Amino acid sequence: MSEQERTPDERLPSQRGGQGEAIRVQRGMFGVGNGGDTSGYGGLVRTVRLPGASSRPYGGWFDEVADELEGALEEQGLVPENAIEKTVVDRGEITFHIAREHLPRVARTLRDDPALRFELCTGVSGVHFEGDKGRELHAVYHLRSITHNRLIRLEVSAPDSDPHVPSIVDVYPTNDWHERETYDFFGLIFDGHPALTRIFMPADWQGHPQRKDYPLGGIPVEYKGAQIPAPDQRRSYT
Amino acid sequence: MSTPRASARDTTEGTVYTVTGGDWDEIAEAAKRADDERIIVNMGPQHPSTHGVLRLILEIDGETVTEARCGIGYLHTGIEKNLEFRNWTQGTTFVTRMDYLTSFYNETAYCMGVERLLGIEDQVPDRATIVRVMLMELNRISSHLVCIATGGMELGATTIMIYGIRDREMILDLYELITGLRLNHAYIRPGGLAQDLPPGAVDAVREFVKKMRKNLPEYDKLATGNPIFKGRLQDVGYLDLAGCMALGATGPILRAAGLPHDLRKSQPYCGYETYDFDVPTADTCDSYGRFLIRLEEMRQSLRIVEQCLDRLEPGPVMVADKKIAWPAQLALGPDGLGNSLDHIKKIMGTSMEALIHHFKLVTEGFRVPPGQVYVAVESPKGELGVHVVSDGGTRPYRVHFRDPSFTNLQSMAAMCEGGQVADVIVAVASIDPVMGGVDR
Repeated sequence: MSEQERTPDERLPSQRGGQGEAIRVQRGMFGVGNGGDTSGYGGLVRTVRLPGASSRPYGGWFDEVADELEGALEEQGLVPENAIEKTVVDRGEITFHIAREHLPRVARTLRDDPALRFELCTGVSGVHFEGDKGRELHAVYHLRSITHNRLIRLEVSAPDSDPHVPSIVDVYPTNDWHERETYDFFGLIFDGHPALTRIFMPADWQGHPQRKDYPLGGIPVEYKGAQIPAPDQRRSYT
Repeated sequence: MSTPRASARDTTEGTVYTVTGGDWDEIAEAAKRADDERIIVNMGPQHPSTHGVLRLILEIDGETVTEARCGIGYLHTGIEKNLEFRNWTQGTTFVTRMDYLTSFYNETAYCMGVERLLGIEDQVPDRATIVRVMLMELNRISSHLVCIATGGMELGATTIMIYGIRDREMILDLYELITGLRLNHAYIRPGGLAQDLPPGAVDAVREFVKKMRKNLPEYDKLATGNPIFKGRLQDVGYLDLAGCMALGATGPILRAAGLPHDLRKSQPYCGYETYDFDVPTADTCDSYGRFLIRLEEMRQSLRIVEQCLDRLEPGPVMVADKKIAWPAQLALGPDGLGNSLDHIKKIMGTSMEALIHHFKLVTEGFRVPPGQVYVAVESPKGELGVHVVSDGGTRPYRVHFRDPSFTNLQSMAAMCEGGQVADVIVAVASIDPVMGGVDR
């Protein structure tokens, strides 16, 4: 699509209000942890933030979905601001950050409301933001509407100290295995799941392997006479 | 007296018999002694996916399956975790190994995710996109061929298997010619391709399309109208539209339920909106409908491959941005494929800045601005979605693959329960699960 073809709303980037969540602090120029930054900028300290909340208009059909969702939640006697913590429009995708206790209601509304009709859930993906204090564990859902040909993202978060998120298996049965996977790898407990057991790791496995505090593991290997350290021990630049 | 083929051992859950075929007398005896008719069977291996990596747990009452469950995780290799310890470019080497029968889809979806995060989707050269589409469609044919071949083999129709593997071999030869490898390629890279098509590749693909056009009707002759084949597949593995939606089943399973949902049409990527092809559907909701759809999709893929060949124009296959593009062009040297001698001469002899740039990009990689994206492509098995999260570093912060095999395999219970034991084999084959993708 060329610039001229777009409507004015779509051409304007939606306004950013407020800052995004801080997820980590970058130190130095190159992000090497073990010294060796000889650039002279080794003392740089920079906070890395995710894209922040957007304010209206979001552009394109995003506003329509947001209006419909807010309207439908109001009809059910819910204050939309309580359920939808913030809305982020970034890289042409829209993300609704949902308060975890309202997730099942929001998911059901998104599925059943004729103007929304997100029939297909593509599962849940866990993300562990160690640096996002108080909301370390994120569960990310992508919902697809075949009727309206749209895709949105829901994101809920839970602190490490209370890793509970309501299950939406009774709204989207497909999430059965997906929630088991996220539980297995991140330790997120989906309350209300019919049988929340490990799915990939053995039943007696200790820990949740895809959390950031879980080491990758590995052993050094010899290659052409040199010792190559395990992947998580190698020099890295982040 | 014959040696017992069914050895028994006692466990905490009851007596476990290991049956290796032939003699069922002991099982029948034991079943008679037991106070209920219920037998729990670990079925298989019968599908190539079930050799040690997929466990089918069936509760049977006579010949009827009353409960069916999958045990998965035996092929979990931690690819998603490993990606977080490699730079963005190295990621393709890992993702290509997830669903190893649809490796180009994994690579393309991952690279499209990285490109969207970088904001360079529009800068990927046309030639690279066309080659991606061509390889993906060839990949669709080879994946469907494996599905049909192994599905036939499980029914005892070994001719279909031989035919399928024979035709797939031609595609693997094309992969080998183009990428150097037959199964796991790491050929598609963030920003474009690892290298251009080699000389002769276009002619070889054209030759293949011609041969494949001739071979495809053989499957029709062998199977489509075959009464035994139809008898085994029709009305087996039934899953209607409501079931597909609830269970998230996509791909041929969904299209066999009558919904022409194909991401190539509904959410076109890689310029699919400019190609001329049809989305086949069936309204039978069964394994036979899925078979017919796969067959027709191969025909449509051949059409797309031909259109790709007609569109190929000489040009770059990597973004122009030197901060993202791999610094060296690969060239064939006396010791195999590696950095071209010209490039080495330049960085070692004439330009210190080029050397620094090469060193930084290769050891450190490029940085990707923080954020998250979800990119989905229509793989032969359904919606392959990739959720990529960046924290602004040189490595992915989190990559999650929504593999269609994983989601579709969930529908096994819905398809099999209440049916016959023999139909489980057909139903699982019609799902086309690849455990490399399921377990990742």
